[in-house]
This record gives sequence, C-alpha cells and structure tokens, in this order.
Amino acid sequence: MAFEWEELLQEEVLDPGILSCQGCGSTIAIRQVLKALGKNTIITVPACCWTIIDGPFPYHSLKIPFFHTAFETAAAAATGIRAGLNTRGYKDTNVLAWAGDGGTFDIGLQALSGVAESNEDILYICYDNEAYMNTGIQRSGATPYKAWTTTTPYESPNKRPKKNIVEIMRAHKIPYIATATVAFPLDLYKKVKKAKELKGTRFIHVLAPCPPGWRMDSELTIKVSRLAVDTKLFPLYEVEDGEKLTINYYPKEIPIEEYFKLQGRFRHLEEEDIKEIQEMINTYFEKLLEEHKRTHGTIDNIKRGVYK
Amino acid sequence: MGDLKTKKGIKKVLYGNHAVSYGVKVSRAQVISAYPITPQTQVVELLSEMVGKGELDATFVNVESEHSAMAVCIGASITGVRTFTATSAQGLLLMHELLHWAAGDRLPIVMAVINRAVAAPWSIWSDQNDSLSQRDTGWMKIYCESNQEVLDSVILAYKVSEKVFLPSMLVLDAFILSHTAEPVEVPAQEEVDEFLPPLELPHALTPEKPYAIGAVVMPDGPYMELRYKIQKAMEKAIPEIEKACNEFYELFGRKWEFVEEFMMDDADVVLITSGAVSSTVKYTVNEIRKREGKKIGVLRMRILRPFHFEKIRKILSGRKKVIVLDRNISFGLGGIFFNEIRSSLYSVSEKPILLGYIWGLGGRDITPKDVEGVIKDAEKREKDEDIIFWGLKKENINL
Repeated sequence: MAFEWEELLQEEVLDPGILSCQGCGSTIAIRQVLKALGKNTIITVPACCWTIIDGPFPYHSLKIPFFHTAFETAAAAATGIRAGLNTRGYKDTNVLAWAGDGGTFDIGLQALSGVAESNEDILYICYDNEAYMNTGIQRSGATPYKAWTTTTPYESPNKRPKKNIVEIMRAHKIPYIATATVAFPLDLYKKVKKAKELKGTRFIHVLAPCPPGWRMDSELTIKVSRLAVDTKLFPLYEVEDGEKLTINYYPKEIPIEEYFKLQGRFRHLEEEDIKEIQEMINTYFEKLLEEHKRTHGTIDNIKRGVYK
Repeated sequence: MGDLKTKKGIKKVLYGNHAVSYGVKVSRAQVISAYPITPQTQVVELLSEMVGKGELDATFVNVESEHSAMAVCIGASITGVRTFTATSAQGLLLMHELLHWAAGDRLPIVMAVINRAVAAPWSIWSDQNDSLSQRDTGWMKIYCESNQEVLDSVILAYKVSEKVFLPSMLVLDAFILSHTAEPVEVPAQEEVDEFLPPLELPHALTPEKPYAIGAVVMPDGPYMELRYKIQKAMEKAIPEIEKACNEFYELFGRKWEFVEEFMMDDADVVLITSGAVSSTVKYTVNEIRKREGKKIGVLRMRILRPFHFEKIRKILSGRKKVIVLDRNISFGLGGIFFNEIRSSLYSVSEKPILLGYIWGLGGRDITPKDVEGVIKDAEKREKDEDIIFWGLKKENINL
C-alpha cells in the first residue's frame, strides 16, 4: 500500500501562491490531476474560479501552458488546441479542458455535447462546486435539490434535482467517464492516469467542495467530500464506452443528514425533505448497483473498507 | 467545363463560394472548422471534400455551432497553425463574443463571411448588416466585388494577418457572388507558397512554453496598452496591405488596392459603393458618361478596417458631390459606410455635398435603373442629406 501513496509524490505541477479560497476543493483536485498528467499538458479554462485562481497577469501558478477561453467554449477550444498540436507534431501532449459546473452543465453543455458526439481527443474534467461560485454562489444546473444559493434563497430553495451530467455524457457513448472527489486522491489520480492512456473524449466529474459557497468551515472540505461518497450521494464509479459501469467503492451508507448538517446551504431542510432526498439517493444507488451487476455479474467485487 | 492552364495557374469557372475554398486551399490552411449556414455552406463542403481526398493537408473539424467553430479556430490558432472558417448572418452574430476573443489574443484567423440579411424576419439574401455589426471587433475587413477578388483576397488576408497578428474577414455578397459562377484563375501552389510563407506566431502555446494567455488584467495592468497595440497593429496594417498588394501584383499580375477608383480623374460627382453591386454602379456610370458626358466616378471601398482616412480624404477633396450607397443601416444613425466617409471628410476645408442612400436591404435587387435613378435624384439635391431610402415599396409599408 505504501507504494500507492508514493505515486502522489510526483513533481508538483501546481505552484504555491495560488489565489484560491482556504479549503478549495478544486485546487486540491487539480493538484492530483496534474500530477497524473504531468508537464506535457496544455490546459484550457473557461470562465470559472480557475480564471482567477491561477493568478492575474503576469502571474501563473501552473507549470504548463494555460489558455483562457470563453465561458461556453472549453470543449471546443480544447478540440482546436488538439488539432493544432497534432498538426505541429505534438501528438503526445495532453489537452485538458478544466471547467466548473456552470461551464459544463449549463453554458458549455452544447459545445461539450458536440465534441463528445464527435469523440474528439480531449480530456474534459469538470470540477463541480454545485453553483456559480466565482460570481458569488448563484444556482447552476449542478446545484442540489433544495439547496440554498444566492438565487435560490432559504424562502425558495432550489426546486429541481441536480442535473445528471454523467448520464448525459454516457448517452454520447464516449470511451471513458468517471466520478471522483478530493477525499479519495488516489482514486482521482488513477482515473486521470487511466483517462490519459485512452483516446477520444474522456470526461471526469469531480465533486469539489466549496467552503464559502457551501456555507461551511474550510477544514471540512475533505470530510464533506468523503461523506458525499459514504452517504451514496456521490458514488465513485466509471463508465466505459457508455456501457460498462463499475462502482469503485462501496459506500458506508451513512445517512445523508450527516452530510447536510455540516453545510449551511442545507440548514433549512425539514425532516420530510431529508427523507425525500434519502429516498432519491437510495433509488439511484440501487440503479447503479444493478448496472454494476449487469457489467460484472456480481456486486461482490465492489471494494469495501478503506479506500483512498 | 474544362479548366484552362494559364501562365500563372489554372483558370476555372467557380462560384464565389468555391473561389473561397480554392483560396483557402492554396493558402494551405491547416485547421478548418465550420457549421453549415446558407449561403455559406458550399465553402466548407468543398473544403471538407478537399481534405477528405487528401488534396489539402488539413484537419477539418465539424462542430455543433458557429460559436464552437470559432472556438476551435482560436484553440488551433493559439498553437501557431493556420486556421479558417466561414459563416453568414446569424452564424456570424453567434460568433460575436469570440471575434473579440480572436483579436484580443492577436490570432491571424481568416474567415469568409457571405453577407446575408439578419433576422427577424428571416431573409437569406444579400445585405451587409451582418458583417458591419462586427465592425468594432478588431478584425480587418475586405469587401469583394468579383470571384477572382474573393480568391485573391483569401491569400492576401493571410499574408497581412500574419504580419500584424490580427484576424481578417473577407466579405462577399450572398448569391450575387456566392452562387454565381465566373472564370477565376487559381494561382499555382508554388507561387502562392513563395508569396505566403508558413505562419510563425510569436506567442504560440506549445508544451515547452508554460505561459498563460488571456489571464485577468487589473486596471493598472496592460489591458489598455494591449488595446493600444491592437490600434497600432491596425495602423501598421495600412502599409502592410499596400506592400502585400504590390507584391501580389508583381507575382500574379492582379492589382487589388485599398479602394478602387473608377472614372475618378475628372469626376465632380462620386458614387461610393462596396461589394458586388459596385459592378452595376460602374456599368451604369460608364453608360451615362458615354451617353451624356457627365463627370461621374465611382469609388469602391474594398477595405473597411483598417480605415484609410488619409486616402479617402485625398480622393474626395475638391469633389462637388459624394453619394454613399449603403446596403446596410445603423438604426438611429444611418448608412454605416456613409458615416465613416463623413467622418473622414471632417477636416476637409471645402466639403462636398454629402448624400447617404440606403438601398438593397434584404437582397432587394439593385439594377442599372436604380443607379440612374439615384444619380438623377442626387442631381436635384443641393444640400447634405443623411438618409435617403431608395426603392421603398409603398404597398409593403402599408401592409
């Protein structure tokens, strides 16, 4: 097991001095992502927290080329970069589109769908902090059911369940889709490594807790990230070629209330709300288990216990 | 129809749209991305065929919108490769955000815009409001009159764009040029290669150069200075365009300049036009000159950005009457070329009488009769008139 952690001792591609908030999930995530990809990578980032976090001109925190692109264009710009690099002979350079949930679930979805449908050769990673955090916590298509944001106030919380981006991407039959989150760094690292070796459109959905937006203390990022998985709210799984589904880890099935009570954005939830949401979570996880069984013939091979 | 070998290339009978495609081919574009829209679509259909057959060594990226087409061109261009796209009307408007982006990143992208009226209501016919609504995006703009000019302008656009690092838009009229066949000489590849060397983008992003392009700039940072540099690049483009046109003339024997002057030497009355309708205007002016000996001339605006104030001022100084013919309108202001011409005449001491005509919107046909009518109407006018609508149909107004 010791060897596994050593993998994460790779050279840092992320320099210190970045402008993220304390406890920023997306920053922890990109650190692992770029260790897995290495320095032979070009990143393109649309409008999102990372437009700011990387630093204002002339600062730049990543040791790789960084192309700022328009809000709705991460997937298309990455496709262009890929085409350009191929033309110039940089065929083994990784092209990473790194976008928030607004740029992925909402305004960038059309371009992402076009690129995925064409199976363009890019790695697209969405760091999902479940609202427009960079503009000050407005609701996005990734905001959870009944959550508070500045545009879904406590008096009128978010009315609809979170959009299922993995199912949307699955419908495009792309070679690789995975979910990951920062409390499981080795899982994230390995998924990026796996994606790196594949061709075509690869999509990773990373849940990235946001302490200011989720109304919680900054030291809770990892705990909340782990609870998101262990409550079955955000299961860790992969889908290959839109068909083969593998759950990477069997959650501890902690009640969702434990996740909610750490975050101010859910403080208004009543008992019946929590019950309703718990049922939604259970139903979806059952569906995933069935799909895992269809792929593997059993659910006994899902890892249990300590998972990193 | 058989192609004809000429000294400098091959003569083909080509639609305006296909003249664009051949211009892109001989310019050796490396990444092409596009989305279909009438009347542009033939441009990229032929290009995709050329790429598919291996006649053009490029990557052709089909996308789900014009917005993404420009995003792909931007992404590819920033790696230092030659890129191309084409569009019309609504597609161009959808791209608007990224036109600013391309200029802001100083990318020498070339795009063909097949001028088409903007909805609502739907219209697919010739009208300049699509390209002119992109006037202030930092793109150079070339308005073409013939299919030969279209093809040559693609090559010239790359040449100048890659000197000053600004994108170029070449504009041709819907159907009147795009779907009309004319004999066009396609220059020989070796000659174009001599004229247009491979792109060298100084700020190209490649893995060994870990720069950030486009990061946030604070008010005291170089945002304003970067804008200043775009203006300076536009100014530098004026001599670069002149130089490129001269070089082009020496190599290919065709002279394209900032503006075209037709029967202007002794002209008291000047009609200012742009695009394909210029041929109709020139034809009619020639007829009237032959018939009546009137001192009328035509000034065809070829390049709108950069705007060559000095040249326009010089040409129009001392003329009695200037008639600007606009197939476009800035609502609440008037014809767009008219207003640019007017501003260029501000410092002229003896100003000509200035008349602005709006005509041909939404593809309404403009015939020699219209040109004669405008000239007669203008003869009666002895003071400036900003907006004169020509060819309105009463029965349509009172619908």
